[in-house]
Amino acid sequence: MPVLTPELREQILAYVPRYPSKRAVTLPALHLVHDTLRTVSHEAIVEIAELLELQPAEVYDTMTFYEFFKGEGERLGQTRLWICRGLACMLRGAYELLEQAQQRLGIRCGQTTPDGKITLEFAECIGACDGAPACLRNDVHVMNLTPEKLDQLLTELRCL
Amino acid sequence: MSYEPVLLARIDKPNSQRLEGYRQDGGYEAFARVLRELKPEEVVARVKESGLRGRGGAGFPTGVKWTFVPKGHPGPIYLAVNADESEPCTYNNRILMEKDPHQVLEGVLISSYAIQARVAYFYIRYEYGEAYRTLQAAIDELYQAGLLGRNILNSGFDLDVVLHRGAGAYICGEETGLIESLEGKRAWPRIKPPFPAVEGAFRKPTIVNNVETLACVTQILRRGVEWFRSLGVPPDPKNPRDLGSFGPKLYTLAGHVNEPKCVELPLGVTVRELVEKHGGGVWKGRKAKAVNPGGISMGFLRCDLPLKNAEGTEYDIPLDFNGPLRAGCLGLGTAAVTVIDDQTSMIDVVHNVCQFFSHESCGQCTPCREGTGWMLKIMERFRHGRGRREDLDILLDVAERIGIIPGTTICGLADGAGWPVKTAIRKFREEFEQAIRDATVSRYVRTLETVAAH
Ligand SMILES: Cc1cc2nc3c(=O)[nH]c(=O)nc-3n(C[C@H](O)[C@H](O)[C@H](O)COP(=O)(O)O)c2cc1C
Ligand code: SF4
Ligand code: FES
Repeated sequence: MPVLTPELREQILAYVPRYPSKRAVTLPALHLVHDTLRTVSHEAIVEIAELLELQPAEVYDTMTFYEFFKGEGERLGQTRLWICRGLACMLRGAYELLEQAQQRLGIRCGQTTPDGKITLEFAECIGACDGAPACLRNDVHVMNLTPEKLDQLLTELRCL
Repeated sequence: MSYEPVLLARIDKPNSQRLEGYRQDGGYEAFARVLRELKPEEVVARVKESGLRGRGGAGFPTGVKWTFVPKGHPGPIYLAVNADESEPCTYNNRILMEKDPHQVLEGVLISSYAIQARVAYFYIRYEYGEAYRTLQAAIDELYQAGLLGRNILNSGFDLDVVLHRGAGAYICGEETGLIESLEGKRAWPRIKPPFPAVEGAFRKPTIVNNVETLACVTQILRRGVEWFRSLGVPPDPKNPRDLGSFGPKLYTLAGHVNEPKCVELPLGVTVRELVEKHGGGVWKGRKAKAVNPGGISMGFLRCDLPLKNAEGTEYDIPLDFNGPLRAGCLGLGTAAVTVIDDQTSMIDVVHNVCQFFSHESCGQCTPCREGTGWMLKIMERFRHGRGRREDLDILLDVAERIGIIPGTTICGLADGAGWPVKTAIRKFREEFEQAIRDATVSRYVRTLETVAAH
């Protein structure tokens, strides 16, 4: 059984005409697979490579560069919460929030809660410094965090 | 005299993102006029005359860069829009893309016509999800309106705009890192030359421009070269190599200011005026101790340090392309202004900066990969109260040796890693020495372990 569904394959191939090389579809393909399957397993890498006429090692090489994609044996939680540790956020309480989140969830950055609800990450500046300290809920900014707002957010995400 | 914003003129309007409203405000008229009346080389000439310099950090003259595309090249030629915006404390591109995407896209259309590109790749950092979706909706509107696609407005000009999402790596903002990433490889910056204008994406001529630069192109073609040159700071007549600092600029305020926000002003406002007047002053009634004038790569100003050969302190320097140089900083950078108050330890600040560069170094060049790691390790020791006297000289030594200016690395990330360290140590040396003597432990020491893990 292939791990990439027919829909995923179709979505990946739809990117091909946009670029002069199939290899340029690597990053869009990784995003699609990662978002949908919550991980990019070795088998998924082999199948992406087949679709794009690449060696699996080429796809793996690109993927691991970013330290963004969860690979074989890892899995994204339902929500990925990135707390910014950049300078503007640090100056307004980000380190305290990082510690708070880790304590409340009982996990470290890079890990997922055992119930699979939240993957916690630190981020470098997420470009929301006008609302520092800030975090990303998947790819959406949440600005002007306070300890209370963070607790509320964590509670909300656990109930999703 | 108060300045009426141009780049930000539409951001507070309801539905400012929609094509309909943008057209009601005169949008895409400049583009239509360009297609009707100007040859591509005439557009290049206008942008050159305007004196527009890149807003992405390096300040290179945009029109001049466009002329580097080989004459009579059969194509394809590409425009690559740099929307990676990852320089810490910088967020003006985000506001433009989220609130007025068509102003940026009109610049993309005009610039593509000028350089004769048929495809523009719009590389946007992953973290800008809202901007990504807003832009995609705006691009869809343009295809529907016949402003993208084949034979646009019956001019014979074809153009596609392709949005491409990054994956959380700062180095993708470096123009050749961006190109490698776009091509589906690790984002390792390339050795230059060849410069991208000659051999860039997919080995074809490629012009890389920042989002704000492209928004300026829209306004130059709409309002004219004269208007653009009426704003900002003309070249210093005593310096024949000075290109001047013309036009409006989006300054982003962050850190310990009362109102962290994006402000549009003609180039050349002083740090003091920006912080005190436009940012509502330093928070909690405190004083500004240090300011970072253009993204952390540019280094630090010390607010009470008198300027050499001029009145005032480093707090009084103008934020044009030359001002920060006078205070020993690397340049204007992204014009992101971060204020650090007098209750903050420079050790924590420098540690934070080192943490960033060590995390984001792509690892190709040994001096950068190792140097950023060493600096972080030393700063880590400092935070634990274990800084040593010789550490300051080691830090300075590393900071001065890494980068394209000393000639040891492939890209400017390493210069950006060195500059904040050396400016902080030179300007705040007594604070570091005091911390060594007192074995001062950082207030963040409690959180050290958790944050360091990843
Ligand atoms: C490490 C590094 C990161 C950079 N990040 C960005 C960025 O996020 N956005 C940007 O426009 N330019 C960035 N630049 C500058 C680009 O290399 C390039 O000069 C710029 O995109 C050119 O566009 P402009 O002339 O319109 O400014 C970066 C440079 C370096 C060395
Ligand atoms: S200077 Fe640093 S970031 Fe730039 S190419 Fe070399 S190792 Fe990579
Ligand atoms: S430093 Fe956190 S958003 Fe910029």
